Amino acid sequence: MSAEVKTPFVRLAKRDSMDPKKVWAIRLSSILVALILGMIPIMITGQNPFTAYGIIINGSLGKPIYIKQTIKIAIPLLGCALAIAPCFKMRFWNIGAEGQITAGAIAASYFALYWSDKVPSFVLILIMFVTAAIAGGIWGLIPAFFKAKWNTNETLFTLMMNYIIIGIVSWLQGGPWEGRKGSQLIPMFNQSARLPEIFGIHCGWIIVLLLVVLMHIYMNYTKHGYEIAVIGDSENTARYAGMNVGKIMMRTMFLSGAICGVVGFIVVSGANHTLNNGVANGVGFTSITVAWLSQLNAFAMIVISLILAILTKGANTLQTRLKVPASISDIVTGILLFCMLSCEFFINYKLIFRHGKSEEEASK
Amino acid sequence: MNTSCAIEMRGITKRFGQVVANDSIDLSIKRGEILSLLGENGSGKTTLMNMLAGIYQPDEGEILQDGLPIAIRSPKDAYDHGIGMIHQHYKLVDVFTAAQNIVLGLNDQKLDLKSINAKVKAICDKYSFVIDPAMKIYDMSVSQKQTVEIVKVLYRGADILILDEPTAVLTPQETDKLFAVLHNMKADGKAVIIITHKLNEVMEISDEVAVLRKGKYIGTVKTSETDPQALTDMMVGHAVVLNIDRPKFEKPVPRLKVQGLTCIDHEGITKLDGVSFTANGGEILGVAGIAGSGQKELLESISGLYPVKEGSVSFIGGDGKAKELVGMTPMQIRKTGVGMAFVPEDRLGMGLVGSMGMTGNMMLRSWRKGKGIFLNKKSPEDLAKKIWDELEVVTPSTSFPVRRMSGGNVQKVLVGREIASQPKILMTAYPVRGLDINTSYTIYNLLTEQKMNGVAVLFVGEDLDVLLELCDRILVLCGGKVSGIVDARSATKEEIGFMMTTLGGKENA
Amino acid sequence: MSAIIALIVAAVTFGTVLMFGTLGEILTEKSGNLNLGVEGIMYMGGAFGLAGAFNYEQAVGAASSSGLLAILIAIISAFAAGAIASLVYGFITITLRANQNVTGLALTIFGTGVGQFTGEFLRVREGNFVALSNHLKDSFANPIMPKFLQDIPILGKILFSHSVFFYIAVILAIAMHLFFVKTKKGMYLRAVGESPSTADAAGINITLYKYLATIIGGGISAIGGMVYIVTTAGCVWNHAGLSGVGWLAVALVIFCLWRPLNAIWGSVLFGALMIMYLRVRIPFIPTEIYKILPYVVTVIVLVFSSMRNNKEKQPPASLGANYFREER
Repeated sequence: MSAEVKTPFVRLAKRDSMDPKKVWAIRLSSILVALILGMIPIMITGQNPFTAYGIIINGSLGKPIYIKQTIKIAIPLLGCALAIAPCFKMRFWNIGAEGQITAGAIAASYFALYWSDKVPSFVLILIMFVTAAIAGGIWGLIPAFFKAKWNTNETLFTLMMNYIIIGIVSWLQGGPWEGRKGSQLIPMFNQSARLPEIFGIHCGWIIVLLLVVLMHIYMNYTKHGYEIAVIGDSENTARYAGMNVGKIMMRTMFLSGAICGVVGFIVVSGANHTLNNGVANGVGFTSITVAWLSQLNAFAMIVISLILAILTKGANTLQTRLKVPASISDIVTGILLFCMLSCEFFINYKLIFRHGKSEEEASK
Repeated sequence: MNTSCAIEMRGITKRFGQVVANDSIDLSIKRGEILSLLGENGSGKTTLMNMLAGIYQPDEGEILQDGLPIAIRSPKDAYDHGIGMIHQHYKLVDVFTAAQNIVLGLNDQKLDLKSINAKVKAICDKYSFVIDPAMKIYDMSVSQKQTVEIVKVLYRGADILILDEPTAVLTPQETDKLFAVLHNMKADGKAVIIITHKLNEVMEISDEVAVLRKGKYIGTVKTSETDPQALTDMMVGHAVVLNIDRPKFEKPVPRLKVQGLTCIDHEGITKLDGVSFTANGGEILGVAGIAGSGQKELLESISGLYPVKEGSVSFIGGDGKAKELVGMTPMQIRKTGVGMAFVPEDRLGMGLVGSMGMTGNMMLRSWRKGKGIFLNKKSPEDLAKKIWDELEVVTPSTSFPVRRMSGGNVQKVLVGREIASQPKILMTAYPVRGLDINTSYTIYNLLTEQKMNGVAVLFVGEDLDVLLELCDRILVLCGGKVSGIVDARSATKEEIGFMMTTLGGKENA
Repeated sequence: MSAIIALIVAAVTFGTVLMFGTLGEILTEKSGNLNLGVEGIMYMGGAFGLAGAFNYEQAVGAASSSGLLAILIAIISAFAAGAIASLVYGFITITLRANQNVTGLALTIFGTGVGQFTGEFLRVREGNFVALSNHLKDSFANPIMPKFLQDIPILGKILFSHSVFFYIAVILAIAMHLFFVKTKKGMYLRAVGESPSTADAAGINITLYKYLATIIGGGISAIGGMVYIVTTAGCVWNHAGLSGVGWLAVALVIFCLWRPLNAIWGSVLFGALMIMYLRVRIPFIPTEIYKILPYVVTVIVLVFSSMRNNKEKQPPASLGANYFREER
């Protein structure tokens, strides 16, 4: 009985605000915790985790060529996270970036394969860019249309759209666009369909950095950005203010899909120089976590996408040097995401321990 | 130790962030007694009761049952102590039947529909309810849902019942029935707490009245030893004769003409049925009615937010020409230069963007203005500062999220913005709900000022005293139809009350 | 005729994989949690289920290994892997209240990583492909029903020629159905997914229900991954074949309208669509286009159910939303 009269040992309460320094301290320590937890699978393989982390850093940033390769991995992640930001701001859960990338890649590849001898390289790349944007945009528009019209669940719809378009690429690969018969491969693009390099990396990096600035301006200083923010807060308020919610939703998803399409174009034209059904390679999913962890801040996305790229690139080196499977990068990425998602809890809520002490007081 | 107290609360304090919702409150309730918990909107009644029901945990203080301290950490604990609460927003699972909802969460029973139905029937007979245990909740009316809630609590053997504003959505007949049931429960030795802000109900039903004001406990009095005036004094702190200033505008002109307006919701229920009236510039037209009689649909259909089935809404401009508004979107209406302002009931969910500051919310009316794709942030910022200053909004900055402001300040931001658009028609839905007296007067004065500027003001309200003192004419809605339009200067409260419940209110009241 | 029967049998084999994945996710979603980590969970189930059976066989030797025990060990290993992964997801979404979509995706990344890592690690450790003895392979994949039942013309093949996992899945589906509609606890679970505040006010421990549904659901989904590896993939780690199956299971949940009994025929139908390209060639329709049919069909189901707006055919009302009692 006496135990029952006690109030619960620990209770939750929403926090109003927190010192920004403390917020960053919590976020940084969550990354640290993730790195420590990430040592466990490395130790299971019998390797020294510090050596392994050393190799990851060295293998991703140790030499200029490694840095270039790391940046190449970060480019689509960053581009796609930028694309997703306006949807998530609008609370439209677009998890179809994977498919929108693929749709853009298909359109770009068509012109790369069949128009490369018809137009000059500059014009060809421009055409690829524009058509990729349109194709990706349309692929994003379809679920938005149904959401606007019948409130169809967009999370599940966009997810299904991924598999449909990836299936189409598989068909193209083994069918109409197949290069050598039976190879199940689409031929490599001609030189004229490849993105030029700047400082040794295809110029996709310039495109995405430009997008970072544009997206920041779009979200914060334009009428469209304002509409998106209002809808994300309350659709009723948006209607009250005279906004056409359905139209804005479709427009935003077209834009988001279009940027994903451009990412698809960058991948086929800049990195792969061909099209296959793995063109999106999970980027569409990973970038959602990039966007979310950056709190939809365009500049923070640069940092987060670089961290994930370092892990991916470093893990490849790890596999060749220490025979640790490269999938270790997915594991560490997963742990990192878990920790960073979890730490937001300590920023949004406070724990109140029995006897009315809040966590701050208790820690004094 | 007073063992006759079923429940005693001592020194209960609850804070939400910086807001102190309950400040060291003491309260006790005896068995076989009905206690009214009285207070204005936002005085902390529901918060206090939620702590008895296990929804919230008190930050300070203790709760005693029959003299012994208890801890109520969850709704389950509350049930175990025989405490049952009927929330204002019913806690029912829509896709379940009444019977399934009633037994939800009970551990000691098998899912045996026959015995459940029998027990439900016994309870219904005892207190004279009628429900169909097999009916799905989504097919039920509000009053049926409330019945399910009450049966649910009784089924669990609760002997301390808390009802949060149970009459807000009921017709007078349904209210009478409910009160009869509550009397039966009292006779049965149960302790009943009823949260309300309606004085006539307090006088009619309760044995004792406990009064809260702005989160503080004011006192408890026996109903038989008090009167409405004394209770009002306790509730508001000083005697109020409303004394709202009501100047007369010299020559009101027709501004908005509504004819045969009919609206049907997505489930096919008629919400407005042939509503016709004219609102004049230079006049406040009150709209009275029981909650859910079509007030919301009326304002929303005029502003283009709610689909209209039949009828017309025409705006009569300064030149006397009529402009048809039905079929236009809110944006089209605004572009035609009609000048319509709307203060909706759901301030944060419809009128404002909670996560944005004052400036961002000013933009809600002006974001389209200016050429090009960029937002003009300068003039909204100036407007925000002006409202901040003139209406004395309490906020650290114009970028502080309005969601974190107190209710009164939120409303000042909203009303201030709407008036700043210099409308020809100003529609307000429950604009003083939850506000303290001072802010309420600020709002009344702002509306009257608009009226004297020749604006046609529509005021949807729930407090008849306010309607009678503030408005020039009052339109009474009853079940989506116009029950009548009366002159607010000569009408009586009883007359309007009767029109609210009986179409036309023909019988002499 | 025999071609059609062969198609059905193959569809059931693949459908069994989907059925486990789907049933697990139905259970999870009924509690209001949208776990998009099924893909990762099934990877983990596949890798750990295989590792469990493999280690068991290594320990006792191929000759003396028992088929029944191997099946049990595989199921338990897979279930445990899925349950632990879902516990992580549950902790982050239920207790720490993080966004369910993002956490689910993180679990997919993590789970596919762990599955692939485990599969690869086993291969590297053993120096070649990790394979089980034929004896165990047979006990996983062979029919378990008595010979005379299998010999019934046509029906024998269609109904009684399947591996033990199919029958387990069907029993599970029926049990889950009865749990939802006949038992008190099943009803409480649905209440939690429909309206957590109502369930909470009724004294139901919603945190407990959400955790249990998510953990058990994840465990069941993981068994699907294991079944794929030990039946379709022939007891060899095959991440390419498993890729996308988890997402298909998520799609199937919608297709089945969150009803376990629908999952039985739904997963066989999806299974048929996924393997039909191997069996039935339809002129002019390329096989790869065929394979996207399940997704197209799911989209159509999704659109139609949103257009009809039937109250009984909607997702659990609180799906995807986290609950905090003191939310204002």
